[in-house]
Amino acid sequence: MDQFVQQLLNGLFLGAIYALIALGYTMVYGVLRFINFAHGDVFMLGAFGGLYVHKALEPLLNSLPWPLALAVVMLASMAICAALGIAIEYFAYRPLRNRPRLNVLITAIGVSLFIEYTGQLVFGATQQPFPALIPRQNISGLGGLTVTMTQVIVVVVTTALLVGLRYIVMRTRLGLAMRALSLNPTAAALMGVNTSVVISFTFGLGSALAAAGGILYASLYPSVDPFMGIQPGIKAFVAAVLGGIGNIPGAALGGMIIGVVETLVTGYSQKLGIPSGYKEGVAFVILILILLFKPSGLLGKVEREKV
Amino acid sequence: MQIRNRAFLLLGLLGVATAGLTGCKKSGDAADADTIVIGEVAALTGGTATFGQSSHAGTQMAIDEVNAAGGVLGKKIKLVTEDDQSKQGEAGIVAKKLVSREKVVALLGEVASGRSLEMAPIAQKAGIPMISPASTNPKVTETGDSIFRVCFIDPFQGTVMAKFALARGWKKVAVMTDVTQDYSVGLSQYFKEYFTKNGGTIVGEQSYASGDKDFKAQLTSIKEGAPDAILASGYYNEVGLMSTQAKELGIQAPLLGGDGWDSPSLVQVAGKSIEGSFFSNHFSNEDTAPRIQEFVTKYKAKHGTIPDAMAALGYDSAMILVDAIKRAGTTEGKALRDAIAATKDFEGITGKITLDAKRDANKPAVVLTIKDGKFVYVETVAP
Repeated sequence: MDQFVQQLLNGLFLGAIYALIALGYTMVYGVLRFINFAHGDVFMLGAFGGLYVHKALEPLLNSLPWPLALAVVMLASMAICAALGIAIEYFAYRPLRNRPRLNVLITAIGVSLFIEYTGQLVFGATQQPFPALIPRQNISGLGGLTVTMTQVIVVVVTTALLVGLRYIVMRTRLGLAMRALSLNPTAAALMGVNTSVVISFTFGLGSALAAAGGILYASLYPSVDPFMGIQPGIKAFVAAVLGGIGNIPGAALGGMIIGVVETLVTGYSQKLGIPSGYKEGVAFVILILILLFKPSGLLGKVEREKV
Repeated sequence: MQIRNRAFLLLGLLGVATAGLTGCKKSGDAADADTIVIGEVAALTGGTATFGQSSHAGTQMAIDEVNAAGGVLGKKIKLVTEDDQSKQGEAGIVAKKLVSREKVVALLGEVASGRSLEMAPIAQKAGIPMISPASTNPKVTETGDSIFRVCFIDPFQGTVMAKFALARGWKKVAVMTDVTQDYSVGLSQYFKEYFTKNGGTIVGEQSYASGDKDFKAQLTSIKEGAPDAILASGYYNEVGLMSTQAKELGIQAPLLGGDGWDSPSLVQVAGKSIEGSFFSNHFSNEDTAPRIQEFVTKYKAKHGTIPDAMAALGYDSAMILVDAIKRAGTTEGKALRDAIAATKDFEGITGKITLDAKRDANKPAVVLTIKDGKFVYVETVAP
């Protein structure tokens, strides 16, 4: 029983990270109807941003209490990645704005490869250790269960960002503009919405979320390399589709489900009689089933095509 | 104006491209006349880049030394290195390129068994010898009679670690295998065979894939079996993270592993959590033999770091090839193959190398432990 609860916890904490990355995918899709495959690589840049900001400011950060130091590193890296996200949109996607969506999708894959291999040139190919921004200690008083400080922070930050994002989209003027754009770009432009500003803002916001995810991920698994974004990127994409792409709570739910299922399949592989290497297969089988029986995703709304 | 600019740019690019092409051709022609071209496939970038970079540094050092001493058969040696990015699938592609385009007389590499297994059929088919510096999976040299290695093999390495565990009185061991690496699968298999045959029990078996970062699910499950030690037979990247997560979950058992751990990156990532764990390796740079210390000094002067086992094996693989070219008196495939096969009592950095009928080197292994962030010699185990 203890083991089951522990596995459930492991899964939820892993899922929180997937959820955080999935938020970025889902938001860009919600506004622009295209999947930014370079999102996982911005996530990687976020982790490296954190690493280099930490290196540059080490003496200052050491004198601060760790939650403040973490906030400084995280905000700095989020700002860097927001700027990068806006730049990527400006240089790679904007020229293709009125072209078929497939063109943009292919460009996104190109951007992804470009970031990965430039990353290898700039950061080096070998993995680098990530500094302990969050003290590596266990939370005591949970009986036989282990929960680390990092895991708690991951969940707290993910929840805070989720709530903040929901607020921006639902309660601010820019959020209103984002929703208008997603409903009908032409009509929104005619009503005086500055499309370019809104799209830049969406990319900046999505990339900042990816950066936060990158730093939390690197704190959980303290080694960073230029290819670290690929696997979580794909998982988060699956999570976003599972929850209903374009839907913010859906992305969070999808992330949690993927995290828990993966962990349970791995943990009980011996008893279930399936090799634990099949965990990714199981995640994708769930995706296929959902797409077969509820193609819009768990929380997604069915969109009727107008004739 | 703009169109003209573009046309100029295009012309310029064309010029650069043709210059590059003709440049290539020239060096190729020169190679036929007075140089011997040897191909090397190494993982200079990607997941196991520290291995590839070390083995390449060792190989290059050997070639430079030979060339400085006047070369072999009156010719200089040119080492053409291709990066396979630590990718399964890429090693075969670059090996083909070396064989067909560079017309190499022999192939050196790869360190990883899975990638050597891709190169081996290509060398075999082309009728040129291949020497792997560090691929320990038995299947590598079983590919054909042109494939050699200068390191011990996994059955031996697995047995060494199983013997070591039993000698410490550890009867219950859990196993973590990287199912995407032939190396890890082989090592786990031979460990289990010897361990269970001699009174040990395997109390948990889990698997993962290269590139995974989260091992909590597997480790939580392993913890139930209360193992005395955990065999982590994969490469350093994952083992480092595995080690920190095991300690977080309250697992105190030490980890055991093979030569795939030998990277400074292991300790950087794992920190204190890996202290007191053990792994088998090809050589210890603490070895006081003058030959080895001379190598360590030379390497340090050149690269600023202490050589690891991969560097020493890369050096040995190149030196054995050069020695064979010298004895064969030619670089023709068949004669060169026979000369390598006849290698006997070659004084390498990683021990005295004699290639057996299966084209494997029978050599002792050393067991190292991690103490204060350093790899410390524990014992030598002979085959």
